[in-house]
Amino acid sequence: MTKHLQADAIVVGAGPAGIAAVSHLLPAGRSVIWVDNQPRPGGQIWRGAALPQVDTLRQHPRLSMLPGHAVVAAESPHELLLHDAAGQQTLRVRAPQLLLALGARERMLPFPGWTLPGVHGAGGLQALVKGGWPIAGRRVLLAGSGPLLLASAASLRAAGARLLGIYEQAPRGALARFAAGLPLGKMAQALGLGWRLRGLPYAPGCWPLRALGENKLEAVLLTDGQREWAEPCDALGVGFGLLPNTELAELLGCALQDGAIAVGAKLQTSLPGVFAAGECTGIGGVDKASLEGAMAAAAMLGQGLKPYARRHAGQLAFARRLASGFALRPELLQLADAKTLICRCEDVSLGALKAWPQWRDAKLQTRCGMGACQGRICGPITQTLLGWPEASGGRGTRAPLQPVPLRCLMDD
Amino acid sequence: MKIIINGIEAEVPAGVTVAAALAHAGHGATRRSLSGQPRQAFCGMGVCQECRVRIDGQPERLACMSLAVEGMLVETLA
Repeated sequence: MTKHLQADAIVVGAGPAGIAAVSHLLPAGRSVIWVDNQPRPGGQIWRGAALPQVDTLRQHPRLSMLPGHAVVAAESPHELLLHDAAGQQTLRVRAPQLLLALGARERMLPFPGWTLPGVHGAGGLQALVKGGWPIAGRRVLLAGSGPLLLASAASLRAAGARLLGIYEQAPRGALARFAAGLPLGKMAQALGLGWRLRGLPYAPGCWPLRALGENKLEAVLLTDGQREWAEPCDALGVGFGLLPNTELAELLGCALQDGAIAVGAKLQTSLPGVFAAGECTGIGGVDKASLEGAMAAAAMLGQGLKPYARRHAGQLAFARRLASGFALRPELLQLADAKTLICRCEDVSLGALKAWPQWRDAKLQTRCGMGACQGRICGPITQTLLGWPEASGGRGTRAPLQPVPLRCLMDD
Repeated sequence: MKIIINGIEAEVPAGVTVAAALAHAGHGATRRSLSGQPRQAFCGMGVCQECRVRIDGQPERLACMSLAVEGMLVETLA
């Protein structure tokens, strides 16, 4: 039985941007349908954190909060089809305005052994540990790139992991330039983490070459560009920065720019009545996300955005500094060999893909990107390694956006 | 609390995800890939689909996105 809900606005995502937006929309008299696919609000960054602000919002009579629900299809930008994680309930939600606060996921780059149990995303391992994953006393390596490695290290250490080291691919010089240009608030954040991470080996200019092990991870082969050495460990958290989540925006037909949802000065997308805020408009961190959530809500309410302009410009400048400070070295695109799997769902190797010039051929010939994750992992990889276009018309985004039981799509 | 994994009762901490519960119970894999490789939760946030298991008879549930509850029946494909 499909349930129908209607409101003034639909907000998709309950991370910092979504929370900021809903906090503004409700007191202004709007009714809101708030959808998030995680069982608890907070997005990735505030996963598992106490959020008194959200607890207060939840009680609001004009809010329909739908945690554990995913958008699977759309009639239009103003009518979305949702289903709950348990696959028990289908919901049709309607509103004249839509805010996409879709967040980001990790950029994964393939290397031999990356599919072994024991290898996780760096943020992935942090998320798993916040969900109660046993890590106490286990030997953990973090590798890849970006501030998330530090945040993940802090969480893992707090959970009792034996952290062997953080291997950051960016060279020391780029990191020093990045740190020197930090605004004061960000510096404090970094120092706070630094204090919690004291005594931990942080090695810039190093990256993983392969994960070693037969049926599970046993060691990681690392390099600093000069020498190679194997580091025995129980778990590897590896991630190479973040990528905006754009699938729902693509399904609706929103224009993209540089892999993020393209937005104007009022955070409006290319579609009328559809706004986007936070990491899905470009990677810039939690402060940018909170600010854009508030800005998008103000725009949806027809208010001016002048009070936000200067702070937003600062956040966008930080985003640019982040991108250049942690730019990926070319060696990382050479890690996968012909046998390395690129598509984890359908077990398609780099060698099997190199014969094809674009997505369409690859899908027809190898089933790459046609498994359960619908190309979310292999899509960005093929774009980076093979130059296949990633956005619509490349991989092609189609409903359902998540694997769902067929009955979810049957109208009643 | 107790959940049942592949027909065997397992004691796991309360309030954890199904992915974490499986790891506590010593299950190193949630599924086998098409070519028979063991796979385990990778992204931790509902993107990669590596942690899909059967929960209370429902196939294709994501272990990392589901909270374990007393008496839950979990079946891995590993």
